[in-house]
Amino acid sequence: MARSKVDHIVDWIITVFLLIVGVSTLLPLINTLAISLSDRAAVSGGMVGLWPVGFNLNAYSYILQDEKFWRAFSVSVWRVAVGGALNFALAVLTAFPLSRSPRAFPARDFFIWLFVFGMILNVGIVPWYLTIAGYGLIDNLWALVLHGAVPIWNVIILMNFFRNIPRELEEAARIDGAGPWQLLWSIYLPTSLPALATITLFSIVGHWNSFFDGLILMNNPHNYPLQTYIQQLVIADRPALHGGQARLLAELSNATLNAAKLFVAMIPILLIYPFLQRYFIRGIMLGAVKE
Amino acid sequence: MFKNTDRLAYYLMILPGLVFLFAFTFVPLFYSVIAFQRFNPALGITGSPWVGLDNILFMFTLRDARQVFFNTVFIASMKIVFMLLTAVLFALLLNEVRVLIIRRSIQTMVYLPHFLSWVILAGILRTILARDGMVNNLLGFFGLGSIYFLGQPNLFPWVIIFSDVWKEFGFEAIVFLAALTAIDPTLYEVAELDGANRFQKMWYISLPGIAPVIVLVGSLSIGNILNAGFDQIFNLYSPIVYSTGDIIDTYVYRIGLIQGQYSLGTAVGLFKTVVALILIGISYWIAGRYANYRIF
Repeated sequence: MARSKVDHIVDWIITVFLLIVGVSTLLPLINTLAISLSDRAAVSGGMVGLWPVGFNLNAYSYILQDEKFWRAFSVSVWRVAVGGALNFALAVLTAFPLSRSPRAFPARDFFIWLFVFGMILNVGIVPWYLTIAGYGLIDNLWALVLHGAVPIWNVIILMNFFRNIPRELEEAARIDGAGPWQLLWSIYLPTSLPALATITLFSIVGHWNSFFDGLILMNNPHNYPLQTYIQQLVIADRPALHGGQARLLAELSNATLNAAKLFVAMIPILLIYPFLQRYFIRGIMLGAVKE
Repeated sequence: MFKNTDRLAYYLMILPGLVFLFAFTFVPLFYSVIAFQRFNPALGITGSPWVGLDNILFMFTLRDARQVFFNTVFIASMKIVFMLLTAVLFALLLNEVRVLIIRRSIQTMVYLPHFLSWVILAGILRTILARDGMVNNLLGFFGLGSIYFLGQPNLFPWVIIFSDVWKEFGFEAIVFLAALTAIDPTLYEVAELDGANRFQKMWYISLPGIAPVIVLVGSLSIGNILNAGFDQIFNLYSPIVYSTGDIIDTYVYRIGLIQGQYSLGTAVGLFKTVVALILIGISYWIAGRYANYRIF
């Protein structure tokens, strides 16, 4: 069917409008990048928009030598690696029995309800803190990975995925005498790679982005993960906006450096962004919309 | 077929998960009893005096607490409304873009903020919303005075609401986009034969087609009415805007952990826990009843 001229114009209007929306979503990020690459004087003069003014890499070369920054960066890398591995192992081990039929594992439904209850139960921050303090984990890096070790939402995604794997695969292995451990290892894990990639990326992003546990569970700034370090530096230390002139000036001289730190903290996310886009969307579909 | 050794293996597999669930979710629940004590860390739970409902009753007399409750519900419900509107509108419009590469590029741009932490985004927002920041420079270009976005109580909640929409609308739109692709194309063809224009097709076919998903997302968000976004507000607020920007979670953090009023902080937190549990129950029930939603 021939499309009318009006239709074409409407097409253009919608496309251009959405492109503007898309680009404007990124403008704040571009502005930050431009500030990080600009001259301090230009930044404090409010001259930097979307393009660096007085281009230089001073802020970045300063960060390269900043031991505190790299210490925090390494804490974050550690928690992503250890916490991610722990999340992965516990999600697989928990999801597999829960994906069995009630005849094979009669306690299944009880355990599912227990985990779901644990997920929607949002205990207050005070008893949560006292519990972890009671375990003697304050200022211990393991606290950062242990408190969220069972990612219940990931367990549910994986459980649903396991359930949709055709039974025939399992029955063939059963006839060869495979027990639950072999089934999990040689049938279920290899056929669930997309779901496993999804939950792993959920964990990685979650660990990389969390700042609050680092803030309240670590007293020694030496133990701060990167997001907590940045939070303290860029946000907590800044005066309420438009505060006294003296502090404003001190703050402005740091604007380029802070912008550069924000950008460096974004880089790992930007590097894995193509994967994130693909697998997070899949995760939403696995987890949310069910017929 | 179902051997006992199999069951033993299942119990062994689930054991570590249960241990962690117990240690970090249910043990804190037991600690919540300090809401009914005058808790003293030196005496511990067993040694601290019991005060019955004193903390809970005291909480209801606090003017702060009532304001904080109102702020939380206001910010959270406005977020839900504006997020739904923006995401649905965005999905409907994006569905009209036929050129795949343009579609993909737009999606790539709008999904990005979802993956960045509120620490980073708050740092960015503080930069662009500052007196000499990008937004005020732009307003100045149009002859408008410089606005203290993060320092004015009447503006602050809206900065929170719209910056949350900015971060999440693209990602929220994903479920609607998926629902749009599931609509039977012959419906559009028939409508075209009847002479429907593009907006009539959007209004009479696309929108009703995704209505069940809108109902689903809307009902699931009821459970979040007490979650106004701790990470976001914590990183953007300041004492100047406590009157409109302080929410339950930030309030509990300050009185409970910063001021060390453990029992009062726990009481307010417990109140939230109970109300949230009821709301989530209701939202799952509605979602199951009207949208066939089940999480497992």
